Amino acid sequence: MTDTPIRDSGAETPLIEFENIYKIYIMGDSEVHALDGISMKIYKGEFVAIVGQSGSGKSTCMNIIGCLDVPTRGRYFLRGTDVSTMVDDEQAEIRNKELGFIFQQYNLIPKISVKQNVELPLMYAGLSEKEQEQRALEALDRVGLKDKANNMPQQLSGGQQQRVSIARALAGDPSIILADEPTGALDSKTGKEVLNFLKQLHRDGNTIVLITHDNTIAAQAERVIRIQDGRITYDGEPDINKFATLAHAGDEEADNNDA
Amino acid sequence: MTLKKSFALALSNLVFDKMRSLLTMLGIIIGVAAVIILISLMDGMMGLMNDEFAKLGTDTINVSLTDRGGSRTVDDNDMYKFVSDNPEYLKAVSPTVTIPNATVKTTDCDLTTNVSGVDEQYYSMKLLETENGRFLQFSDVEKKLKVCVIGTYIEKELFGRGKGLGQSFKINGKTFKVIGVLTEEGDSESGGEDEIIYIPYTTAVSMSKTSFIGAYTMQAADADNVDNTVARIKQYLDNKIGDSDYYNVTSVKQVMDMASTMTGTMETLLVCIAGISLLVGGIGIMNIMLVSVTERTREIGIRKSLGAKCRDIKSQFVIEAATVSGVGGMIGILVGSVLSVVFGKMLDLNAVPSFTAIAVSFGVSVAIGIMFGYLPAKNAANLNPIDALRHE
Repeated sequence: MTDTPIRDSGAETPLIEFENIYKIYIMGDSEVHALDGISMKIYKGEFVAIVGQSGSGKSTCMNIIGCLDVPTRGRYFLRGTDVSTMVDDEQAEIRNKELGFIFQQYNLIPKISVKQNVELPLMYAGLSEKEQEQRALEALDRVGLKDKANNMPQQLSGGQQQRVSIARALAGDPSIILADEPTGALDSKTGKEVLNFLKQLHRDGNTIVLITHDNTIAAQAERVIRIQDGRITYDGEPDINKFATLAHAGDEEADNNDA
Repeated sequence: MTLKKSFALALSNLVFDKMRSLLTMLGIIIGVAAVIILISLMDGMMGLMNDEFAKLGTDTINVSLTDRGGSRTVDDNDMYKFVSDNPEYLKAVSPTVTIPNATVKTTDCDLTTNVSGVDEQYYSMKLLETENGRFLQFSDVEKKLKVCVIGTYIEKELFGRGKGLGQSFKINGKTFKVIGVLTEEGDSESGGEDEIIYIPYTTAVSMSKTSFIGAYTMQAADADNVDNTVARIKQYLDNKIGDSDYYNVTSVKQVMDMASTMTGTMETLLVCIAGISLLVGGIGIMNIMLVSVTERTREIGIRKSLGAKCRDIKSQFVIEAATVSGVGGMIGILVGSVLSVVFGKMLDLNAVPSFTAIAVSFGVSVAIGIMFGYLPAKNAANLNPIDALRHE
């Protein structure tokens, strides 16, 4: 391995490549390994679900993929570029250009309109106001909320708000759409709609990384990466039978969350 | 992010959270308004005082003498000669002989007042004006005539307004003829500038117990050269009299300088008070800014996750702070200016909001607003995005 940030592998460069990633928190005297040496590759056009119970390290994993957090050790290549050593503002640019986030809590800014929310990543990308507006409206059109463009976020239902956040994630035309428990705050019907929408996006050629604790949701993906205690315990087809025993644990957690 | 859009966003923020905006702006409004009101009222008062002094004549010098006897003394002829010998310093002189508490009588009215014996130059020196008749003339003084010029209060009391000219009355038993009535200065009330009787100083001397003239009123040739003129007079008197205990030279300007030193101290005090109110306003701004940035850490996290760089966050908060402080400052200027004029009217002062007060108070409060919008935003912008996002 060389120290150059650009990797030149003969085959197709993975979109996401984790190389022995550790995330270690110091809690008093003890070290907590949230991620304990994870290596994985995700290629363009994949629909990957990262699944695990709470505390398994899946959220930390997603934070590192999303450049929201930095690993303690190891290297993370995004499109062949080492982003784990980047400074804050460089990571901001990566988040802006390469990543589209869909959060469980939607994370819309309440005091600006739906359209302005969708425009945010475009604004930070430095697009002209006209282009911002045009692309925001296009993105809202894709999620079927063009008519709500001038509403405030609170005026929309949960499902609609999540669709706005999807539009926001899409607007910047990112390489990866990162969805963190996108259905977590929604009822099952709307959750299903959102999930179908993600599938649609995948069919349109987007790379999607879905983080969830719910095996049935994970099963909708093309590929499942199961994380437990900071390590990858499964990586492959979403064969529900192969982790049927574990599915129960996930359901239980879902029940707890509802309570 | 374009500046226009930033301002639009900042304004919509302002409208979105009206209560917080109002609280933020309140500090600035009070601070700015307080400074403007205090300074403009102070200026108005200073202006009023200066006007009063100007009426006394800023080029007026008063000389008082004590009779030392023998040759070491100065009489009116010496003084006239001294003035005509020093035209570069002095323009005019008038002996001022006061007959205190003179009894003034007509057949059906009597009162007690001060009578001033002056010469004809006193008229132009004090910028007097007659309403009817004329002022004293050289011949009146020379011939020690028993004529007088009276103020409107005296006229009103003795004869009724407009009826004084040509009438006669008695001062300490001697009959004087009214040859002129001065223009009304105040409102013809007792104790004011309208309670005045001028007679030729020669006549006044002959009515006093002593022939020594103890007071002179002089007019400096140049109002800006009063201090040197005073020095020149002192030098002359010192030569003649030889002992500074026997004479005293004061100028209105000296009194004015003293008064302005006093008002200067007062102004400093008021500026301090204004500064304190500005500071308190500033602390108010600071608190609200700190709270609002802490409150909005999550928003900062969201923005960072969407690709906002540190400087985007910082400029957003600075522009917001500038907008809030700026709008608050403008309201403060408006409130301060209006209240200055209103209070000025109430206090009978000409209180005009001063540009300096407006500029300084606006500048300081907006600077505080921006500074305390920037500092906490800088810290928040440097947070790890995930920590900012998780902030509740």
